Amino acid sequence: MAHSDNLVEISGLNFWYDKSRPILSGIDMAIPRGKVVSIMGISGSGKTTLLRLIGGALKPRQGQVKVAGKVIHELDRDGLYRMRRRMGMLFQFGALFTDLSVFDNVAFQMREHTDLPEAMIRDMVLMKLHSVGLRGAHRLLPSELSGGMARRVALARAIALDPMLIMYDEPFAGLDPISLGVIGNLIRRLNDALGATSIVVTHDVQESLKMVDYVYYLSEGLIVAKGAPKEMQASAEPLVRQFVYGEPDGPVPFQYPSADYRDDLMLNR
Amino acid sequence: MFNRFAIVNVRTIGHHTVNGLWRLGYASRFFALILLQSGTSFRRLRLIIRELYFTGVLSLIIILVSGLFVGMVLGLQGYQTLQTYGSESALGVLVALSLVRELGPVVSALLFASRAGSAMTAEIGLMKATEQLSAMEMMAVDPIARVVAPRFWAGVISMPLLAAMFSAMGVFGGYLVGVVLIGVDEGSFWSQMQNAVDFREDIVNGVIKSFVFGVAVTWIALFEGYDAPPTAEGVSGATTRTVVTSSLAILGLDFVLTAFMFRGV
Repeated sequence: MAHSDNLVEISGLNFWYDKSRPILSGIDMAIPRGKVVSIMGISGSGKTTLLRLIGGALKPRQGQVKVAGKVIHELDRDGLYRMRRRMGMLFQFGALFTDLSVFDNVAFQMREHTDLPEAMIRDMVLMKLHSVGLRGAHRLLPSELSGGMARRVALARAIALDPMLIMYDEPFAGLDPISLGVIGNLIRRLNDALGATSIVVTHDVQESLKMVDYVYYLSEGLIVAKGAPKEMQASAEPLVRQFVYGEPDGPVPFQYPSADYRDDLMLNR
Repeated sequence: MFNRFAIVNVRTIGHHTVNGLWRLGYASRFFALILLQSGTSFRRLRLIIRELYFTGVLSLIIILVSGLFVGMVLGLQGYQTLQTYGSESALGVLVALSLVRELGPVVSALLFASRAGSAMTAEIGLMKATEQLSAMEMMAVDPIARVVAPRFWAGVISMPLLAAMFSAMGVFGGYLVGVVLIGVDEGSFWSQMQNAVDFREDIVNGVIKSFVFGVAVTWIALFEGYDAPPTAEGVSGATTRTVVTSSLAILGLDFVLTAFMFRGV
């Protein structure tokens, strides 16, 4: 099979809301099966939009996204929903259903998409929660969880149906260093245990470079660099250097575009 | 100068009209989608029953208490007026007809809009703002089928029941004031009421009214929530719009329905 190596293939992808301000331009990307691939870039570089395009929530203006050999935007509603059952997504702040308990959140997809008996659902939910270390918290409500715990529950929910593709939208945003390490570790471990493929959209360089296999660096809708984590750390590309080492000024300026400072302070009168 | 002013004004009017029409079209499409996606709700009645508790059962207290007070006021005011013509024995008829035909459906719908409608809008708006609806969509579950449709049917089912309880409570309030407090003859209070209130003309029409109000209020509430901008101001604005728009819709529809139902009666 021609598609056996790459689970996700993106070619010539362009996306814009307003044609004069493209969000993604000419993206070509291949995500190999079984790997953890990170898409990095500063806020507003089009990373989340890319995830939405892969998940079929948006349609590309030009080009295409193929997942498991199928062009996503050509699928009808049923086809897309069948595809989504094999995808898991972790949203930025978890997006847990606030009116359901931790247990019911993880059981949600099993109950919606399968006819499994309740006893089996119970076992599966507890296994998923055990794998993220929160089996003991299954009775709690999302409002009773800390940010890190909520993220882990959302992770358990994302892998509820053993997806082939797991997408993470900023999984590290707003977490303390311990939770950060836990989530980073889980992303790697779950990917390998489930034989899945993962896409991690993030701007947390240090944490993600530790555990990913490959990195795409996005800036203003373009892929400006790609490579293994080691290559990124050694990259001479100024944009990548500024990003990886967190330098405050560089190709991405500290100042938002503005008029002359002296003019603004009326010193040139 | 005047010309430019006029052009700007015309443009604003045009903009608002187009915008309003667009929203109406979007809301109608949303309504059609709710009806199309209602299958799941009826296959899994548990979903509707859960929402019936939140929209119907939790609105009971405000509906019953208001019904009692409205009925008591009707008893007082009605007695004052009827006494002038020496026909205070017709108090039961006055109380019952006003409640069953008008006040029951209308006041309970207004209360329902501000109690349950605003809660629905806020809940769905917040679910959208916290990406819960997107998450559901990504899990291949249609939020309209799973979240919106059960709430819609719960609203439509509970509205006529709440209106009926409001009217019953109101009649009891009128009885308390008229018969127990003021001393109108109990026999004529009930028997005249029984004679004058017609099942088809009065009660069925009242139920139809409250059914229509139920559809309007829940539709508006759900649409506003689903369409709310995903921010704090967005959700609060949508909640306000739900109460304002559905109150106006109730009163407007009430006039239209009354005009059709009670011609020449």
